Amino acid sequence: MKQAGAAASWNGVRKRYGATIALDGVDLAVGTGELLALLGPNGAGKSTAIAAGLGLVEPDAGEVRLFGESPHVLATRRQVGVMLQAASMPDTLKVAELLAQTRSYYADPRPTGDCAQMAGLDGLMDRRYGRLSGGQQRRVQFALAICGRPRLLFLDEPTVGLDHDARGLLWQTVRGLVAEGCAVVLTTHYLEEAEALADRVAVLARGRIVAAGSVQQIRARVTQRRIRCISALDAAAIGAWPEVRSVCRDGERIEIVTDAAETVVRQLLFEDSGVSELEVQRAGLAEAFVEITREAA
Amino acid sequence: MNTIALPAPRVSLLRCYALEARNEFLRLLRAPSFALPTLLFPPMFYVLFAVLFGNRSGFQANVYLLATYGVFGVMSPGLFGFGVTVAHDRERGWLTLKRALPMPPGAYLAAKLAMAMLFATIIFVILAALSTTLGGVRLPASAWLSLLVVDLFGVLPFCAIGLFVGSISSGSAAPAIANLIYLPMSFLSGLWMPLAVLPAFIAKIAPTWPAWHLGRLALAAVGQAPGEPLLPHALALGAVAVVFTWLARRRLARG
Repeated sequence: MKQAGAAASWNGVRKRYGATIALDGVDLAVGTGELLALLGPNGAGKSTAIAAGLGLVEPDAGEVRLFGESPHVLATRRQVGVMLQAASMPDTLKVAELLAQTRSYYADPRPTGDCAQMAGLDGLMDRRYGRLSGGQQRRVQFALAICGRPRLLFLDEPTVGLDHDARGLLWQTVRGLVAEGCAVVLTTHYLEEAEALADRVAVLARGRIVAAGSVQQIRARVTQRRIRCISALDAAAIGAWPEVRSVCRDGERIEIVTDAAETVVRQLLFEDSGVSELEVQRAGLAEAFVEITREAA
Repeated sequence: MNTIALPAPRVSLLRCYALEARNEFLRLLRAPSFALPTLLFPPMFYVLFAVLFGNRSGFQANVYLLATYGVFGVMSPGLFGFGVTVAHDRERGWLTLKRALPMPPGAYLAAKLAMAMLFATIIFVILAALSTTLGGVRLPASAWLSLLVVDLFGVLPFCAIGLFVGSISSGSAAPAIANLIYLPMSFLSGLWMPLAVLPAFIAKIAPTWPAWHLGRLALAAVGQAPGEPLLPHALALGAVAVVFTWLARRRLARG
């Protein structure tokens, strides 16, 4: 994995909490203008990896480097923006006050109006944090993450609690930042989020990277495909074909999951000349993710 | 990439500290559960016990209680301002986020300390105004200045105790723990009434309490403790500040 010039790199990072191994030799790197999505089931070590990246957690072995420096160096962290999964602000402070405070930590902060617009906070600046909805509070946290014009951005589950429109705005803002050269490390439960944003994906399971590569590469690791069609054939009979992994009928439609789509389609057309609306799809990231983490377990 | 120099940081540390302190002050001022008791109780007790009932006791209640309610007043911004907000910030992840952000180290505690000093000064001014108008207290300027210095110095050990409370307790338990320290210690240190009118064993154990040491310094400042050696009290308070800050930092470093 490339390290020279990486915005952030984890080199053989291990961390154990008592008997629990949170990170078991993690090697990762993210370069400028690149978005890396960290995926994994709960407890896989995603948040610990982020915390180690920010210097909040000291690795037992290995090291983390941000722009070649330790995350403990203040000048290094001035290049970094962060949105944590569970961090809420004092309820009695107004959004504008929180933003002014965080902007003051950075050398060349983004103008307040831009921050508000990019995070969808227009009209909320004079409201107290405690009187905002959960989704609005998440947007404030996002605004604090981007207000310092970071060259590296950590986003830990950024869209949890956001409605559809707010999620769309956040995606758009993140894409814009990446296009300007910002490196982004994102953890998410929503695989469509990784699919929509990520240049590269790394899958963590039990503290180890079990798969890493582009979204296409990860999807290609799974040979399954999904066949949908309208057919009068008996679902149970199709399920008995050797290549078929699973089959289910929903009204007149049938959905078949298989590793050998061509063979199954040939058989399907042979047995039922009335097949219509035939579709074959490669498995999405969601199926790949389930498969990869099942293999690792 | 390696050859590109990072842009020279031009962060104004003064501005960081100032905004941090402003937010800390606004945050507490807007929290009625903190601001009201902190700012109202010492003046209320002073009016009640020094002005209304004071003349019946055998001591100079108006001057004595000016000193001791001043101490009672400066204990609370430290105990509650630090104790409750640090516990909340820990519990809600705000402290973790601030550590991840490029906040200048020290700004967090410096802001809380400045806030506690400001609240202590406000309490001093209110008590001074009440004691001179309603209480008929007349003191030389040097005595007022000494009292203010003692009060501001006294903020430190109680901020340290508050910080320790905040570092070990949850947000909901912190106010209770702070009260359990605040009220009994104030009484046992003779801040509400002189130890002379209380059972002898209370006076005997009084040197255990930092509030008693601060009370002696405040009484000395207004001429109510003639011949009192000041250094041992100052050292005791300094030791409390150092020990509890050290304990709290050790606890906070573990996350």
